[in-house]
Amino acid sequence: MKTQTISSPLLQWNAQPDPLVRVERLVKVYDTGEAPLRALDGVSLDIWRGEFVAIMGHSGSGKSTLMNVLGALDRPTEGRYLLEGEDVGEMDMEELADLRNRRIGFVFQSFNLLPRLTALQNVMLPIRYRVENRMSAQEREELSIAALESVGLGERLHHRPNQLSGGQQQRVAIARALVNQPSLLLADEPTGNLDSKSSKEIMGILQRLNRQGVTIVMVTHEPDIASYAGRIIHMKDGQVFSDGQNGSQRDADRIPVTQQEITV
Amino acid sequence: MTLIETFSLAWEGLVLNKLRSFLTTLGVIIGVAAVILMIAVSAGAEAAIADQINALGANLIIITAARGVPGRPPTLVYDDALAIAQAVKGIAGVAAEQSLADQLIKWGNVSFTTPALSTTPDFPLVREAPVSAGRFFTQADLDRKNKVIVLGSKVAQDLFGDASPVDQEVVFGATRMTVIGVMAPKGKVADTDYDDRVYIPLTVLYQRFLSNIQMKDRVRTIYVQAASSETMDSAIGRIKAILAQQHGVTLSNPDFIVQTQEDIIQTQQATTETFRTLLAWVAAVSLLVGGIGIMNIMLVSVTERTREIGVRVSIGARPNDVRRQFLLEALILSLFGGVVGVIGGVGGAWSFNEMGAMRTVLVPWSLGLAFAASAVVGIFFGYFPANKAAALDPIEALRHE
Repeated sequence: MKTQTISSPLLQWNAQPDPLVRVERLVKVYDTGEAPLRALDGVSLDIWRGEFVAIMGHSGSGKSTLMNVLGALDRPTEGRYLLEGEDVGEMDMEELADLRNRRIGFVFQSFNLLPRLTALQNVMLPIRYRVENRMSAQEREELSIAALESVGLGERLHHRPNQLSGGQQQRVAIARALVNQPSLLLADEPTGNLDSKSSKEIMGILQRLNRQGVTIVMVTHEPDIASYAGRIIHMKDGQVFSDGQNGSQRDADRIPVTQQEITV
Repeated sequence: MTLIETFSLAWEGLVLNKLRSFLTTLGVIIGVAAVILMIAVSAGAEAAIADQINALGANLIIITAARGVPGRPPTLVYDDALAIAQAVKGIAGVAAEQSLADQLIKWGNVSFTTPALSTTPDFPLVREAPVSAGRFFTQADLDRKNKVIVLGSKVAQDLFGDASPVDQEVVFGATRMTVIGVMAPKGKVADTDYDDRVYIPLTVLYQRFLSNIQMKDRVRTIYVQAASSETMDSAIGRIKAILAQQHGVTLSNPDFIVQTQEDIIQTQQATTETFRTLLAWVAAVSLLVGGIGIMNIMLVSVTERTREIGVRVSIGARPNDVRRQFLLEALILSLFGGVVGVIGGVGGAWSFNEMGAMRTVLVPWSLGLAFAASAVVGIFFGYFPANKAAALDPIEALRHE
């Protein structure tokens, strides 16, 4: 990785200027009394714009901790995290909040929609927390409706989460994650609570978004789900175990079974 | 996030939990209403006392015996009243009074018991209690100890019905007495019903009704009516001098008390002031309890909504946004409680008055005070839970079930 920075200026100019995400020797130690737990033990990674990355590993491998650090929900004990060239470690609470609001979209395994708000209200929430580029209620609503339509939920704007299926709830969550047009979408086991049909639908949506240019980092422990990503990183004991392009990337939209299942 | 935006978030949070929000704010509602009502009740009591004292008569000087030595008779005597009437200038009248416990009164075959006031001829003038039929007794009646009696309007009605009582003979206690007059209705002042008693000459009381020889020239109170409010002060000075001379005491160590209605009202007000302060404190404590209720529910709410807070933080809520949302929720709850409490307190005071249960006087500043207190309670007791919410670790919060 170090060698890359020593490459010729001309070559660097031709190549992408900066990775979207650069983490350098991340260490996260949890002080759990007797034996400190090294959840991250020197992780270095670059993630480029437009990538769809799956992070795999067993529980305790550090993949969730890495996700929390990337999402600016947690600070590493050591190491650096650069997002779009900016050092996240240097940011104060307000800047971190703005980062989570504008530049990162989070999709969780358990959807994490606010139960008493409608789908539309849930999607509007990140716009309401904006510090800059505030919009009128009408603009905000239009933008949120567009986000819901892009995940195929234009008909369910005023449904509460408990009136929606798991797959639909996760689509609302994706719309919410995208409504502020973040540069990075983080998905933490996005299909963990879904049946295989809904899982495929969600992966189809993520793949389409990725083709439209959204950078996605997804944590999963299911090889089946990881196979939809373009790059797969395996983690073990807080370290990157393997990292490579996925030679056999699956395309969720090209599996005719799904279409048949829907029409039946 | 703007304040309006935070406000609307807080408002949504409360509306989604209507019943709980209402129950939470109930403590504040009751506290605020209690503050207003308590102050209105004590102000009403004060006004009632002032009315009663003013109803005694106008420009009154009230003389009572100082607290005496147990076993000794009180120091004020009938001769004191005579001395004042003779020697003090600028007065309109002097009435000495001594009361007598219930005695049987009988006319024909009708009989019942009634209390009596024994007094002197100036009573109707000084106490503004005129007769409606016949006459009141005169100094001659007193001097000759004539066995005459004047009836209160209710006693006359109960005893004689529609017949005219004047010049009839009744038996009062064990004494045959001639009815010479009937008082005009005056109603109740303090605990005394002016209409449901009889009036007899002071000297007749001494002669026929008292067995205790020590009491046979004593009076409870001497009322002096000044000719006008301007002559009050000089009359008081003169009265004090005469009484001191009569009793052989010095003015610095008198065995009597000379007061005006104003003095009595002020003394009463000092008492009700204490009473009012006490009530206000009781009400303030209930407001405090209401505030603790809000804090309690807000803490529960923060715990219950831990995951929600985690979600909000993960999509970009700043700690300040979270803090302000919960602080505003508490503030809205307590201000709502304040408004409803003010309405309840005012309504309660009004209906107490209307139903005649209790006299109440709304004190304007008490509304402001109670409302402001509810706001302070909201901020004070909302701050701790709000801070707790803002300080939550987002990862922990998101894991919360």
